[in-house]
Amino acid sequence: MEKIICVCGHENPAGTKLCGKCGRPLTEEAKSSKIVDMKYDGAAIRSKTRNKSMVDKIWNFFSSVKVGISLIIINLIAASIGTIFPQEFYISVSTDAEKEAYYENTYGSLGKLYYELGLSDVYSSWWFQILVGMLAISIIVASIDRGIPLHRSLKNQRVKRHESFLKRQRIIAEGPIINGDSANTLNLIEEKMKKLKYKVRRDGNALLAERGRFSRYGPYINHVGLIIFLAAVMLRLVPGFYVDESMWVREGEMRAVPGMEGYFIENEKFILEMHDNEKTENQELQGVNVVAKNYQTNAKLYKQTDDAVPGKADDLELVKEYSIRVNHPLQHEGYSFYQMDFRLNEIKAMNFVLTNKETGESFGEVHVDLTNPQDEYVINDQTKVQLLGYYPDFSGFENGEPQTATPNPNNPAFIFKMTTPDKPEGEVSFVAIQQTVEPNGDNAYKMAFKSVETRNMTGLTVHKDSSIPFLAIGGAIFMIGVAIGSYWNHRRLWVEQLDDGSIRLAAHTNKNWFGIKKDIDAVVEFAHLPKYIDQSDDDAEKEKEGDSTL
Amino acid sequence: MSLISLSGNLLYVAFIAYLVGTLLFGGAIKSSKPDGAVSRADKWGKLALIVTIIGFLAHLSYFITRWIHKGHAPVSNMFEFTTAFGMFIIAAFILIYYMYRLTALGLVALPVALLIIGYAAMFPNSVDPLVPSLQSHWLTIHVITAAMGQSILAISAVAGLLYLLKSINPKIQSKSRFWMEAVLYFGVLVIGFILATVLFKGVGYEADFTYIDTQKAEQEITYNMPAVFGMNDYTLLTENVMNPIVEMPAVINAKKLTTVFWSFIIGSVIYIIVRLVARRSILSMLHPLVQKVNLNLLDEVGYRSVLIGFPVFTLGALVFAMIWAQEAWGRYWGWDPKEVWALITWLFYAAYLHLRLSKGWEGKKSAWLAVVGFAIILFNLIVVNLVIAGLHSYAAN
Repeated sequence: MEKIICVCGHENPAGTKLCGKCGRPLTEEAKSSKIVDMKYDGAAIRSKTRNKSMVDKIWNFFSSVKVGISLIIINLIAASIGTIFPQEFYISVSTDAEKEAYYENTYGSLGKLYYELGLSDVYSSWWFQILVGMLAISIIVASIDRGIPLHRSLKNQRVKRHESFLKRQRIIAEGPIINGDSANTLNLIEEKMKKLKYKVRRDGNALLAERGRFSRYGPYINHVGLIIFLAAVMLRLVPGFYVDESMWVREGEMRAVPGMEGYFIENEKFILEMHDNEKTENQELQGVNVVAKNYQTNAKLYKQTDDAVPGKADDLELVKEYSIRVNHPLQHEGYSFYQMDFRLNEIKAMNFVLTNKETGESFGEVHVDLTNPQDEYVINDQTKVQLLGYYPDFSGFENGEPQTATPNPNNPAFIFKMTTPDKPEGEVSFVAIQQTVEPNGDNAYKMAFKSVETRNMTGLTVHKDSSIPFLAIGGAIFMIGVAIGSYWNHRRLWVEQLDDGSIRLAAHTNKNWFGIKKDIDAVVEFAHLPKYIDQSDDDAEKEKEGDSTL
Repeated sequence: MSLISLSGNLLYVAFIAYLVGTLLFGGAIKSSKPDGAVSRADKWGKLALIVTIIGFLAHLSYFITRWIHKGHAPVSNMFEFTTAFGMFIIAAFILIYYMYRLTALGLVALPVALLIIGYAAMFPNSVDPLVPSLQSHWLTIHVITAAMGQSILAISAVAGLLYLLKSINPKIQSKSRFWMEAVLYFGVLVIGFILATVLFKGVGYEADFTYIDTQKAEQEITYNMPAVFGMNDYTLLTENVMNPIVEMPAVINAKKLTTVFWSFIIGSVIYIIVRLVARRSILSMLHPLVQKVNLNLLDEVGYRSVLIGFPVFTLGALVFAMIWAQEAWGRYWGWDPKEVWALITWLFYAAYLHLRLSKGWEGKKSAWLAVVGFAIILFNLIVVNLVIAGLHSYAAN
């Protein structure tokens, strides 16, 4: 690699804009500019120096700030497209055909197009993930490309800089001191700058006051945080790192927890509470009558003892008793149970009375527990009811056979065989809600519906996300980095006293020029220095500038 | 006086103080007489700031009394959040004022806050009970931090607008002149919305309809403005009111479209009247007011507000939001439209900060970026809440 040898004798790597030792401009561009480019302190950046191999070209592509910004904007636009219509996971249909129909019926041909282009699930599309991945690569490459040379040049800063460096800073001053003894000027500057919390170094007749150098590392720290965060998001794909299951548990029921081996959860009671307020104006606008106050499952979490048979609900020990509410999940060993859904008044049991149709005489009651229907209900020696068929969610007859749509007892139907003293061969009857079919003609007896027992069901989700600590670390590093980079700034003041006692001064800050000017105003007054000028002021505006206090 | 009506009155006090403050700021920076301008500016500017601080204290008292009355932070509906947003903009302005002593910022910051509070007041200010998902201390922490971040970011738009008001020459035709006038026109449309709402509410206009929604179910709706657009398959139930002119498909909320229509009409009428009376554009009326501001300083204030606001916004709108989402729903990120638009806002300001690194993105371009950033924040507040979020169950559980 070629080296650029500065007039001062210092060897600089190719691509350096400002000599690392004395600060003299090395490129034609730097020499001709009025204010030098102080980005990365003029250090050579890999992407600006090599452009030969394929690796160089890819590296240069991703290290470019322009490419980075373009990737941010492209990601931004891609993300916004996903909010035009609701995403698939927010609509409550399951099959692809139903989804397509939903988008078409609800949003017309635009909705259909949206679905067909895959925009209805844009965030899991391969191209969206590639865009995010490219942004991540850009962050990594750009940070290495710029961070390392910047670190080197900040670490090896010299106090003494060449005139051509000082004169090309934005804030400069040159001239004799206003009054006092010029032999003491540098001491005065040092005293004042130390009071302003600058670190002051001196080298002969030169002085460098510096403050907040660490803030230059802020952007690199926050980029590290972002990369850790994005990597942590990917951890989800590692088996065992992420569990996301949902389960329904009826009151009084105990179920094995999916994804959490050896644990069982019992729903003791589900509670739904409503606010008892008067309807407010907002509720009226939204057409809402009452507002929910609380969704709660009183749950008990059990664990199998170590020697128990897997999957069997015995030998359990109680681990935790907790009221699961929204915002208050039950947590145990990295797993959390969230209150997500509920179903009220599911039929638990039905009571029938075996009745003589003509006389209305009752022969006894039959209690059918829908979770555990019996084959036979014996009333006495001569009277019994057999349950020939149970259809929890009766949906009609097909070829004479009753059908059930789901295994949930939404619309229970039964085929009973009633055996009574006067009909010892039995009578068969199909009984559903508000419907009775007697296949063998006119029965003498019927199963008269008496009452129903209901219970509530709670919908819980079971979560484990072991990537959370890593996400938290990444997020915290990001926040620290972004705060360092935003709330502090790197201010430097170079002063040189010439042989005749006059002062040459230059100042630079990466951010907040208003702030550094206040510091310089203070030191100028304290050490009677010549008045400084801001070289960006005169070329920024040709027109008359206003008062800066207004 | 009950606590809640006291609270409401305090908000009125704040509104009036900001209105007076705006006029005083106008007096402070006007430069018709060169002699003694500085001392006059000082006097008027100080008075303007005192009035603004009084308004802010009243506003803060409104917030606190309403908080006490409700038992939780009053940031849970459109009215409450938007008034709080207005309050934090004023707070951010006062903060930046004390850093830079830039009186002219008040001339833009106060009207922006006034429009936002006026807009908020058009929504029902009822004290609504909280659904279970909102019953969390994260409601307070997340919403208030996010609003603070947005408000500080908004000051960069305030500085940007001021920058553009000065730097765009109203006498020379240019793209930026057109767009600047468009931004000012948008401000007038907000006034149009406020007037339309107040006007039709004042006469007690009501028209009941039934209509068929996207799920083919029959629904009822009450219009508070003459129905220009009718809902899908509507039936008018009220007598002696206007029959809709155009029927809309089910996917479009014709009631909201009607509101937009009337705001547009009334706002445009005001705009045209102003133009006809003054015989010049709004830009050329405001341009001479701001001649004395320093563009370099404004550019720096704009950049600095983004620097200060960006970490606060990240913390409130993304970090705290994720922690809360994890606690309430078991997932820190769900690609919900509100979340996505917070991410978009964040990405946009990240792009802004990176663009400041490259040459040529200071000054005018940067000022425009700040205005666009504020437009995204307003989009997230208005469109995402009222149009997009209505499509799914963000607060259903």
